[in-house]
Amino acid sequence: MKGNSNGHKARGAKSRAIDIATAQPPGPEPPSAIERVRLARHPSRPQTLDYIDLLMRDFIEIHGDRRFADDAAIVAGLAYFGRRAVAVVGHQRGRSTTERIKRNFGKPLPEGYRKAARVYELAERFGLPIITLIDTQGGESGVGAEERGQIEAIARNLDLMARLTVPTVACVIGEGGSGGALALGVANVVLMQENACYSVITPEGCAAILWRAGGEENVAAAAAALKLSAPDLLELGLIDEIVPEPAGGAHTAPAEAAHLVGAALARHLERLVKLKPGELRKARERKFAAMGSRYLTRVSAESDRSID
Amino acid sequence: MAEREPTTGAAPAPSDDIWTKCPSCKEMAFRKEVERNLNVCPKCGYHFRVTVAQRLSLGVDRGTWRELMAEMAIGDPLGFVDSKPYPARLEQARASSGRNDAVVVGIGKIENQPVAIGVMDFEFMGGSMGVVVGEKLARLFDIARERKIPVIVFVASGGARMQEGALSLMQMAKVSAAIARFRDARLPYISVLCDPTTGGVAASFAMLGDLNISEPGALIGFAGRRVTEQTSNQQLPDDFQRAEFLLAHGMIDAIVPRHQMRFTLARILTMLTRPRGNRGAGPVASKGKGKRSGEVS
Ligand SMILES: [Zn+2]
Repeated sequence: MKGNSNGHKARGAKSRAIDIATAQPPGPEPPSAIERVRLARHPSRPQTLDYIDLLMRDFIEIHGDRRFADDAAIVAGLAYFGRRAVAVVGHQRGRSTTERIKRNFGKPLPEGYRKAARVYELAERFGLPIITLIDTQGGESGVGAEERGQIEAIARNLDLMARLTVPTVACVIGEGGSGGALALGVANVVLMQENACYSVITPEGCAAILWRAGGEENVAAAAAALKLSAPDLLELGLIDEIVPEPAGGAHTAPAEAAHLVGAALARHLERLVKLKPGELRKARERKFAAMGSRYLTRVSAESDRSID
Repeated sequence: MAEREPTTGAAPAPSDDIWTKCPSCKEMAFRKEVERNLNVCPKCGYHFRVTVAQRLSLGVDRGTWRELMAEMAIGDPLGFVDSKPYPARLEQARASSGRNDAVVVGIGKIENQPVAIGVMDFEFMGGSMGVVVGEKLARLFDIARERKIPVIVFVASGGARMQEGALSLMQMAKVSAAIARFRDARLPYISVLCDPTTGGVAASFAMLGDLNISEPGALIGFAGRRVTEQTSNQQLPDDFQRAEFLLAHGMIDAIVPRHQMRFTLARILTMLTRPRGNRGAGPVASKGKGKRSGEVS
C-alpha cells in the first residue's frame, strides 16, 4: 500500500502495488450514466466474496438470522483485514445461474438484513470495525419478504448502524439500490468505486413510473436523470471518496480493483480507529444530518438544530 | 423505492358532491354525514384518506397547534426532468396544497399533553420524502429531544421522491439517526401508519416507533402489489400489505380506528411518560382540566 504512511498492509492483496494517484480513468471520455450501470452490473465484476478472498484472510462466515433462515444474498463474517480483525458484511449477487438463483441475484430477504444486524451487534460488543460492501439492485418484491417484515428489517438496520460506536466503512462495489443498499450503508465513511452506481430506484423502475414506459432509451434517460454515478454522488455530498478502477472497469483486472479498494478501506479505517467510540457515532450522525441540507432554501433560525 | 407502482391516490377523500360512494361497501352516503363521522364510512367503517388539516383537527387540542419550519423548501438539486421538470411539479403541488412540501411539523397538545407532531401530506407528490421531509422530521425529533416531549408522526407516503435521487434515499438514514438520538433520551415516539405507507418511508421512520400503530385498512409495505404479483407469480391474499395483514404477521402493534385514535395516543403517552400514579385516571385527570379521555371533538 504505497502512500499509506501508517504502514498498514492488506496482506491478502495478491496484486502488485498501484499508487491510487496514478490510476487512470478508463479512456478519455467518462462513461455515460447507463454505461456505468452496465459496468456496475457486469457479470464478471468482482463481488463481495471476491474482495474478501483478495483482501482478507481467515474469513469465518456467519450464517442465519436466528429467526427464520439464512439469506444467501447477504454474506457476513469475521476476518483479518491486515493485522486487524474486522466484521464484514456484503451483498452477493452470484455468478453462475445456479448461484444467482440461490442468492436471489443479491436482493436480500428480511433474514439477510437481520443477519447483518446480528453481525453489527457482535462487532459492537467486541469493538471490531465493520466493513460493508454494497452490491444490490434493492429489496426483494415477494410475498414472503413482506410477510416477514422487510420494512422493519431495513428500518432496524438504519437505526442500528446510526448508533454503532465502532468504526464503519462502506464501499459500493456494484449497484447500490434503494433501502436494500442503505441497510448496509449508514457508515462513517462511504466509498464508491468509479463505475459503481447508487440510487433511490433502478433506472428501469424509474423509467416505468415516471416515463410510463420501459425501453432502452427511457431507461438511459432515467439513469442520467437520477444522477447515480460516483462523480454525481460525490458532487451531491453523499459519498466521501471515489475509488478508482482499472481501465475498462473492475472486471478487467479484479486483483488490481481489489487492491485499490483495499488501500482506500485501510486508509480510512486507520484514521477512524483513532477516534473515541462516542466521537464515531457523533461524526456519523453529523454526516448524515447534513445530507441535502445545502439545497434547502428559507431555513429559519428557529429551526436550528444541535447534535450534541 | 424498489420498483414501486405509480401512486395515483386511488382512494381519495370524499369529493365535493353531496353524495359520496364508499369504495368498500359501495353504499351511497351523504358527504356531510361521512365528514361528521371523521371521514369513516358510517355503514362499513371504511377509512377515507384525510387531509393534513383534518388530521390535525382530529388529533390536536383546539388552539394549541404551532407549525414549525413551514417556510423550508427545496429547489431542483438534480435538474430532474421527466415528462415535466421537477420545479414545475413542485410548483403545481405547492399551488394546490398551499404548502412547500409533503410534511407539516409542529408542536401541539393532545388531551393537554404537549407533543411534537408530524403529519405527512399524501396529496403533495404522493407524500414522497425528499430533503425537506427528511430535514423537517429530523429537526422535529431534535427539537422534541431538547424540550423533552414525545413525538407522534402520522405517516402517509408512497416512499422516497425519485426527483431528488439518492438525496432522498439518504433522508431515510438522516431521520433514523435523529430517532436513534431521540430514543436514547427515553422519550416516546409513536408512529401512526396511515393509508398508504410504502417504500423507503415504510422502511425507515414509519417502523421505528416505540409503538407502531395503524388505521384500519391502511396499505403498508415495501414493494408495490403489482410488482410483487409478477415476481411471486401467485395470487396475493386480498388483505396483502393491509394493516390487518401486518398485524397478523406480527409487524405492527395495534390497529386503532380513527374514532379512538386521539384517546389511544393520549393514553399511551400518559402511560409511558407518567407511569406512576395514573392508574384508573384519564390522561388529564391530574391536571383537572381539558376534555375527558375518549371524547373526540
Ligand atoms: Zn362503506
